[in-house]
Amino acid sequence: MEFDIVELSRLQFAMTAMYHFLFVPLTLGLSILVAIMETVYVMTGRPIWRQMTKFWGTLFGINFVLGVATGITMEFQFGMNWSYYSHYVGDIFGAPLAIEGLMAFFLEATFVGLFFFGWDKLSRVQHLVVAWLVALGSNFSALWILIANGWMQNPVGAEFNPDTMRMELTSFTEVLFNEVAQAKFVHTVSAGYVTASVFVLGVSAWYLLKGRHEALARRSITVAASFGLASALSVVVLGDESGYDASQNQQMKLAAMEAMWETHPAPAPFTLFGIPDQEARETHYAVEVPWVMGLIGTRSLTEQIPGINQLEAENEDRIRSGIVAYDALMQIRETRDDTPAEVRRTFETHSADLGYAFLLLRYVEDPREADEETIAMAAEDTVPTVWPIFWAFRAMVGLGFGFIAVMAYFFWQTSFRRGIYPRWALRMAVAIIPAPWLAAELGWFVAEFGRQPWTVDGVLPTALSVSHLSVQDLLLTIAGFAIFYTILFVVEIGLMLKYIRKGPFQDVEITDSWTDRHERRLRRGDGEAIAPTPAE
Amino acid sequence: MILHDLIGYDTLRLIWWLLLGVLLIGFALTDGFDMGVGALLPFVGHTDVERRVVINTVGPVWEGNQVWFILGGGAIFAAWPPLYAVSFSGFYLAMFAVLAALILRPVAFKYRSKRESPRWRNGWDWALFVGGAVPALIFGVAVGNVLQGVPFELTPDLFSRYEGSYYGKFLGLLNPFALLAGVVSFSLLLTHGAAWLSLKTEGPVQLRAQRVGTVSGMVAIAGYALAGLWLAFGIDGFAVVGEHVANGPSNPLYTEIERSRSWLAAYGERPWIIVAPLMAFAGMVLTIRGLRDGRELTTLLWSKMAIFGTISSVGLTMFPFLLPSSIDPTSSLTVWDSSSSHKTLFIMLVVTAIFMPIILAYTAWVYKVLWGKVTETDVTESSDTVY
Repeated sequence: MEFDIVELSRLQFAMTAMYHFLFVPLTLGLSILVAIMETVYVMTGRPIWRQMTKFWGTLFGINFVLGVATGITMEFQFGMNWSYYSHYVGDIFGAPLAIEGLMAFFLEATFVGLFFFGWDKLSRVQHLVVAWLVALGSNFSALWILIANGWMQNPVGAEFNPDTMRMELTSFTEVLFNEVAQAKFVHTVSAGYVTASVFVLGVSAWYLLKGRHEALARRSITVAASFGLASALSVVVLGDESGYDASQNQQMKLAAMEAMWETHPAPAPFTLFGIPDQEARETHYAVEVPWVMGLIGTRSLTEQIPGINQLEAENEDRIRSGIVAYDALMQIRETRDDTPAEVRRTFETHSADLGYAFLLLRYVEDPREADEETIAMAAEDTVPTVWPIFWAFRAMVGLGFGFIAVMAYFFWQTSFRRGIYPRWALRMAVAIIPAPWLAAELGWFVAEFGRQPWTVDGVLPTALSVSHLSVQDLLLTIAGFAIFYTILFVVEIGLMLKYIRKGPFQDVEITDSWTDRHERRLRRGDGEAIAPTPAE
Repeated sequence: MILHDLIGYDTLRLIWWLLLGVLLIGFALTDGFDMGVGALLPFVGHTDVERRVVINTVGPVWEGNQVWFILGGGAIFAAWPPLYAVSFSGFYLAMFAVLAALILRPVAFKYRSKRESPRWRNGWDWALFVGGAVPALIFGVAVGNVLQGVPFELTPDLFSRYEGSYYGKFLGLLNPFALLAGVVSFSLLLTHGAAWLSLKTEGPVQLRAQRVGTVSGMVAIAGYALAGLWLAFGIDGFAVVGEHVANGPSNPLYTEIERSRSWLAAYGERPWIIVAPLMAFAGMVLTIRGLRDGRELTTLLWSKMAIFGTISSVGLTMFPFLLPSSIDPTSSLTVWDSSSSHKTLFIMLVVTAIFMPIILAYTAWVYKVLWGKVTETDVTESSDTVY
């Protein structure tokens, strides 16, 4: 069997990135939920909220550590496995990663220790501030990582420098306020909040089914359902697609998600069901809902969404233009400072398409030698495999609407039905715990698989981005990661289950003294003994 | 934006070279004692309670300390992309080993205390040992290889290629000089961990740490001195041919490099850099004395000075080289030809200038909150909040 360095590197990246993202969404959401619970504790002084903070905090900690540990792999891997990528775009891509460290990761990592160890060393308000700083740090982290990823999808604010053979930054603000990055950030953190809400809801529902820790479970459901409903709405309404008209490749991805082969007059319909056929370039048995796609993709009724065939034809033109840029680049490299001004001008006119010429390197040594047939093949390469994207997107959207329904139901019950939950609803809440993870992974799959054949859209093909490694190198590390990560996963799940079964610690001392004080306070009012406060 | 022209490209490169040093030293000073403590753990703690005391001395801070490393990686990526690209892929399997150790370590810290079983806990203790010892060793080995030059070359597209088969590439890293450098880094960090434990613990754990630290400190002195002699007589250094262009584009192939004179010729050109190795030696000697006499806070400071001196001595000796190539000297990466663009360096400097003081401030606050010794009663009485 022939192994290919590019395919193996992609496999390893996909594996480690998707594994990393098993832990990230829960960290993003649970950090906020825990901070909310602690806020209620500090504001009301009710010990049950302190107990909740500690309990969910413990689960947060078990999850957090693996998110951190597997995140190191992600940062190393660019240099280890994608060294040409690192050289080629490091001038832009490295900055958000470094800023993530400075601004976000230092914050969360420094304070997370104090969150767990500082209960007896800090005042209540100090500890609350620490909890919020951890949550803030985690979410800032997501911001900078998604600015980096957003740039790969829509590389703004940069241009190619022939002297250094790489992309260089021209405008940091454009990179920062990249519309794709902004959309991705909102979508991704909302997805994290949904994940944590579903998790808290499911675990609490399990307690109610077992008749355990009722006070904790009921309050947790109230928090999770309110926060979860808002987040589930935000994750769908502020979906990722808002940035999909930003660039050529984003448009290709959008067309692939829709299996939209031909350009449709605006507003385009949404294909509810269908079987995409890449060979024939059509979708069989398509069931379409008029207008919806146009609305999702462009937020308008008049803007047209280009189809795959049209985009492929445009890409073919860009490849031709890229060849001109490549030719000029070779002349510049030979003549260096003595390059005729007109060659420089030619290069500048066509340099935005240079990456398209690189697509030809799969077939020829020198893009300038490519014939018509090769150019057509390279253009066809710009069309990703449609059916996995088409189906992954539908599954993700379906799950997203499912989360809205579940959260809305529990929110209704907790707000207007005095928190009466039928057993079927509780069982369902337990059963859907894995669903948000599935949705998040599907989302990343659509985003990243849909970006192929590029690592950086229109700038650098994936096939060119790798390091000079041997197949043995890669097989060894892939096997290493697979074994190592599987063991850690088993250990993690085992600990999570153990601590869920064990339930919260009872802060007996504080609980009793608080109840005493509370009762005294109430007695002082009317002199009578009190009925237990509802839900207390 | 023309703001970045306020600071010249060459000045920015120099500043980022210094900042690279600051980050590496920051990492070695903070995460260094975590790694040392991890490597010492099975030997200075005999009972579970003792080991828990040891672990809890770094329990609340290792996570923040580790960010120095992650930030170091990020800063190399952002400020020195060619260095990041060539070194991380060139040391592929070594990096994988570091990675595995650094993943194992956080998990071991966090998960060890979550079950009572002695087998479970003992297993994670050895994971902490590996997680501390392996990176401590490999970082030195990497430095040892950098000083000898790494077998890579750059194509005209600036794609980096490496010589040798895959076994050869990894085993080639483990040559005698590099291993010696590995011994130096390992023993230095072990001593640093011992100095930390000497400050944060008491009783038998403290005594054992001081004893191990004294021995490893002596190994560090001997190793460092030997490596210096080896460098003087056994290894050729690198030099830029003709005038270097400090303001030029970041293309390593534009600078001609030759391999001729000794690295230590740098001490003839810039005699003041002798301060660095002197600090290293003085720091090591004073650390050993402090550990033997049972002084606590000052010993940790001397140990920090030893690490500061050692890392700076490597950087100052090699300047302006970052990563010389043994098979094609012209491909060597230097401070003047391997940085990010002028603009990126400037923006990153502004961001660093804003956030670094904030980071230092809150890190100091956290250490202040956690100030004081970790005792056996501390860990037995609050088993649900500490490791």
